Amino acid sequence: MTGQPWRLENGGHIDRSCSLSFAFDGKIMEGHPGDTLASALLANGTRLVGRSFKYHRPRGIFSAGVEEPNALVELRTGNRQEPNSLATTTELFDGLEASSQNRWPNLRFDFSQVNGALSRFLPAGFYYKTFMWPANLWLTYEHFIRKAAGMGIASRESDPDRYESRSAHCDVLVVGGGPAGLTAAMTAAEIGERVIVLEQAPHFGGWLRREKRTIDGSPAMDWVDAVSTRLSAMADVRVLTRTSAFGYYDHNMITAVERVQDHVPKSDPFLPRQRLWSIRAKRVVLATGAVEQPIAFPENDRPGVMLAGAARTYINEYGVLPGRMAVLQTNNDNAYRSAIDLLDAGARVTAVLDVRDHVDGHLPNQVRDRGVPILQGYGVVETKGYFAIRQVLARPLVGGPVRRYDCDLLCVSGGWAPQVHLHSQSGGKVVFDAEKGCFLPSEARQNCVSIGSAAGLFTLKDCLKGANGDDVPEQAIKPTWSLPNAPGRHGKRFVDFQDDVTAEDVALAHREGYVSVEHLKRYTTLGMGTDQGKTSNVIGLAIMAKLKGQNIPAVGTTKFRPPYTAVSMGAMAGRAVGHHFQPLRRSPMDNWHHDNGCKWVDAGLWRRPHFYTRPGEDVNSAALREGRTVRAGVGIVDVSTLGKIDIQGPDAAELLNRIYVNGWKKLAVGKARYGVMLREDGMAYDDGTTSRLSENHFIMTTTTANAGPVLAKLEYYLQAVWPELRVQVACVTDQYAAIAVAGPKSRDVMQRLIDLDISNDAFPFMAAAPCCFAGIAGARLFRISFSGELAYEINVPADYGQAAWNALLETGREDGVGVYGIEAMSAFRIEKGHVAGPEINGQTTIGDLGLGGLQSEQKHNIGKSLAIREGLIDPARPAVVGLVPVDGKTWIKAGAQLVENPDAPPPVAMLGHVTSIAYSGELNHPIALALLSGGKERAGEELYAAFPLRNEAVRVRVVSPHFVDPDGERMRV
Amino acid sequence: MLLIKCPWCGERDMVEFTHGGDATKVYPKDPNATTSEEWHDFIYLRENPCGEHVEYWHHVAGCRQWLKVRRDTTTHDILTTAPADGDLDT
Repeated sequence: MTGQPWRLENGGHIDRSCSLSFAFDGKIMEGHPGDTLASALLANGTRLVGRSFKYHRPRGIFSAGVEEPNALVELRTGNRQEPNSLATTTELFDGLEASSQNRWPNLRFDFSQVNGALSRFLPAGFYYKTFMWPANLWLTYEHFIRKAAGMGIASRESDPDRYESRSAHCDVLVVGGGPAGLTAAMTAAEIGERVIVLEQAPHFGGWLRREKRTIDGSPAMDWVDAVSTRLSAMADVRVLTRTSAFGYYDHNMITAVERVQDHVPKSDPFLPRQRLWSIRAKRVVLATGAVEQPIAFPENDRPGVMLAGAARTYINEYGVLPGRMAVLQTNNDNAYRSAIDLLDAGARVTAVLDVRDHVDGHLPNQVRDRGVPILQGYGVVETKGYFAIRQVLARPLVGGPVRRYDCDLLCVSGGWAPQVHLHSQSGGKVVFDAEKGCFLPSEARQNCVSIGSAAGLFTLKDCLKGANGDDVPEQAIKPTWSLPNAPGRHGKRFVDFQDDVTAEDVALAHREGYVSVEHLKRYTTLGMGTDQGKTSNVIGLAIMAKLKGQNIPAVGTTKFRPPYTAVSMGAMAGRAVGHHFQPLRRSPMDNWHHDNGCKWVDAGLWRRPHFYTRPGEDVNSAALREGRTVRAGVGIVDVSTLGKIDIQGPDAAELLNRIYVNGWKKLAVGKARYGVMLREDGMAYDDGTTSRLSENHFIMTTTTANAGPVLAKLEYYLQAVWPELRVQVACVTDQYAAIAVAGPKSRDVMQRLIDLDISNDAFPFMAAAPCCFAGIAGARLFRISFSGELAYEINVPADYGQAAWNALLETGREDGVGVYGIEAMSAFRIEKGHVAGPEINGQTTIGDLGLGGLQSEQKHNIGKSLAIREGLIDPARPAVVGLVPVDGKTWIKAGAQLVENPDAPPPVAMLGHVTSIAYSGELNHPIALALLSGGKERAGEELYAAFPLRNEAVRVRVVSPHFVDPDGERMRV
Repeated sequence: MLLIKCPWCGERDMVEFTHGGDATKVYPKDPNATTSEEWHDFIYLRENPCGEHVEYWHHVAGCRQWLKVRRDTTTHDILTTAPADGDLDT
C-alpha cells in the first residue's frame, strides 16, 4: 500500500483485495472498490483538488457527500467528458479519468489566482455593477470574465450514451435508505403496501455506514444488511440505490435519477447510462437525513478544512485517514465522534475548540479523558498554509491571547441541517428551531411526512422501531454561524465556497439595501451553485439576520427549488434525442419519395416531398420542370398530409353551417364545396373542401397544419357549447392516402383506372363519389383542383396508397405522367391566387383574403358577429394582391415591405408586405402575392418591394392575384 | 405534474391533457341577440383569480373529451371535474 500513504490498515467498507487504477490531472493513482474519487484522492495524499470560482483560491475536499462545494471535477474525456462532477459522490472504477477545473495552466500554478489579490474589485453584485457600466464596455469584459470565472468544460461532441425514462406508481415512496427510511419502508411493506425506496448512495445505511454505531449490541451495518436484504426480497417492494430524488412536484409526483452505469468502466450497450424516474406515490416519506453545517471563520477555505462528519466518514466508510494532526472547531457534542474516530485511527488531535463555555457531555469527556485539550469558548481567528492547512490560530471569543496549533486537518461542525428541500418543494412550510439551530419541516402541503434527521430527530431512538441503538446523551448545541476576525485582521470568511461568497459580501449586500433573502441570494449569488447552498444558505441568512438586528425566523429562507442535486441533460432528454426528439409522420408513399430522389420539407411533424431532383437542377428548375409536366399533360402529387375529419349524424350539416362561413344544408350528396372557417374573434382560421358522401355523412379536409386544432375545436363545440347536436367527428387523416392528379390529360389517365364514368357531364367540377380505383375498394374520388388545371383527388385506404400511386405512374406512362412536390404545387396556387398559410396568418379576415363573398347571410357561424366590427371592415385594411416585377425578371423577396419610395428618410410608411413568391412557368417571370393596404383599389400602381436587410428594392406593379386562368375555365372542362 | 380526474377515464397525468382556457366564459346561447359588449366580454375579458377557478381541459391524448375542472390556482389542487356540458357541483 505504499501508493496510498493515507489508507488505513483496517476498517471501511472497501475491498482492499482489489486495486483500481485511476488518473487525476494525468497522475496515475490507485484506489479500491468502494472508494469515491474523493476518498481515493485523500488516500493518495491529494489535498488540492480545485480552484475557487471567482478568486481561484486553492480548495480541497470539504465534505463526503452531495453537499460538496469544492471538489468539482471533470470526468472522463472525449465525447463522455462531464464537467462539475462531485468527487465526493463519484464512485471509483478502474480507468477513471478525472481532472481539476477552473485553473490555467495547472492546479498549482493558476494564472488567475491574481483575482484573489484583486478581490476588492470583485465584490458582491459584481455582475450587476458591471452591467451598469457603459454597455459597450461589457462586451470587452465579458470574454475575460467568462473565461476567468467558470466551471468545467462540457464536451462539444454528442453524448454517445443512452438514457431512458420510466414511470412508476406506489402506495408509499420512501426517499432515503438510512435507519429512518429503512424502518419506514419495512413498516409499510409489512402491511402489504406497494413500496419504493430510493437511496442516492450505492448502498443503504446512511450515516450508519459512516460511524461506529451498534444496534441491539451488534454492528449497526448488520441491521442495515438484514433489513435491506429482506426488503429487496419482498414482492411489492422496489429498491433503488444510486437513485437521487431531485424534484417534488404537484400531486405527489417525485422525479429521481438512477445512475445505472456511471460507476462501471465499460458500459453495457443494452442498459441506459442513467434512468429518469417519475414516481406518483399515494404517500411520501421523506427520510432525507441532514447535512452538517460549517462555521464561517477567517480563512476557512484552505485545503484540509473539512466538515467533522466528513472526516469520520473517510475513516469509517473508506478506511482513509483524512489527517494525522487534527484540530476540531465545534459548537456541539456530536462532532466529538470525529475526534474519537481520529484518535482510534492513530491520528493526533491537538485541540478541540468549542464555542460553548461549559463542555461536559458524554462524548467530549471521552475525548478529554484521552488527553486532548478542550478549549471552551474558543474560536478560530486565522489559518495558515497555502496549498494545505498547516496551522490554526485560535482565541477566546470574549477576547484574549491567540494560541497556535499545528495541524494538517481542521474539522469543523456547526450542527446539522435537516434536508428539507423536497418537503419545501412540495409546498410544505419550514420553521426555524432556535434550540436546535436549524430549519425543520412543518405543515406539509401534500400527502408526505418527514422522519428521522430530516425532521430534526437526530437520535437512533427516533429513527428505529423494534430495535435499540447506542444513543448517548448530548449537551445542547450553541447555534453559531460565523466567528470574528481578530482585531485588525481581515481574513476572508467564506460562506458559500462554490460561489466565493464571504460574510463580508453579505454585509455589503446589507449596506447596499439587498436585505431580503431573495435579493441577497441573487445579488451575491449565495447558494446559486451546483450544491444549491447546502452548506451555505443558512449561514448566509443568519449573518443577514444579525446585521438587520432580527432573528432568523423574521428573515426567513429562500424557496427550495428542484433539482436537489445536479441532473444531467441526457437524463432529462431521455430517448427524445435526434430523430426521436419528436415523432415523424410519414405518408404511405414515403418510401417511394425517398427512393426517387425527393428533397424533403418539414410540415409540422410531417415530412413532404419538396421536389424531386434530377442532375443539375436546383429547387427552382426542378419545380419549374414538374409544373410544366402538369400544365402540359398530367402530374401527381402526394396530399395525404391534409387533415381529414369524418363527420356523421343527423345534424352534420347544421354543425358545418355553424363552423364554416358558407352554407351547407343545400349541398347535394355527391358534391364537394370549398369552405372557410373563422376564429371566434372574426379572423380567418382555416380552409378546405368538405364533401357530402350521404345525407348525414361528410368528409372535411383541413390544412396540414390545422388538422389537430380543427378537430379539437369541433370536439369543443360539440361537447361544451352545442351538446344537443347529434353529430360525431373522428380524425381519419391516417386512414387514407390522398393523391391529386392534375393536368389536361388527368381525366384520360383516371378513367382507365376507375369504375365510374368521369366524363365532364357525369362527374363535373366539384363532384365527389365513392369508387373502386385500380382495383382498390373503399376509394373516394373528388373533382377538386388546387392547381387550377383539370384535376382529381383520389383517396384510398392508407395501406393501398403505394398501389394507387404505382397504378397512376404505370397507367399514365404513355401520357408522360410526372410527379411533383410542394414547391411546384405552391407555384400553382400562387399563379391561381389561392390563399394559404402565409396569407391566412391569423391577422386577416375573409374580406382581406378576397373571400368575403362566401359569407352566408342566412345563418350564424363562429366569428361572424365579430368579423363585421368596424376595424375589420375598414377599406384601408390589407388585401391580397398580385405583384409582378416591372422589369419582368427580378425575383421579389418573401417578407419584403411594400413602400412608395425606398429611398425616403425613415420612418417610411409600410403599405404591406410580400407573403408568397414563385416563378410562374405559365408567365415566364417571377410573381408574388402580397397583403397591401387598400389593395383592391391599387391595381396598376407601381411600388417597391423593399428588403433593407439585403439593401434591395424591387420595383413592382400591383396586379390581380389571379395570374393564370382567372375565370377558372381549365378546371371545368 | 397534475393528476386530473377525467370523468370517463379516472385519474390521469396532465401530459394527456391540454388546457382549454377559462370555462366560466360561455358561448352565447343566441349569437344573433348578443351585443358587441357581450361579445367583447366573451372573447377578450378573462379573470385571473387567485384561488378557485373553473377551466376547460381536453383529454386530447386519452378519450378526447372536454371537461370542466375546478382548480385552485394557488395550490394546484383539483377540486372537482365534470363533463364539459355537466355541472361541477353535482
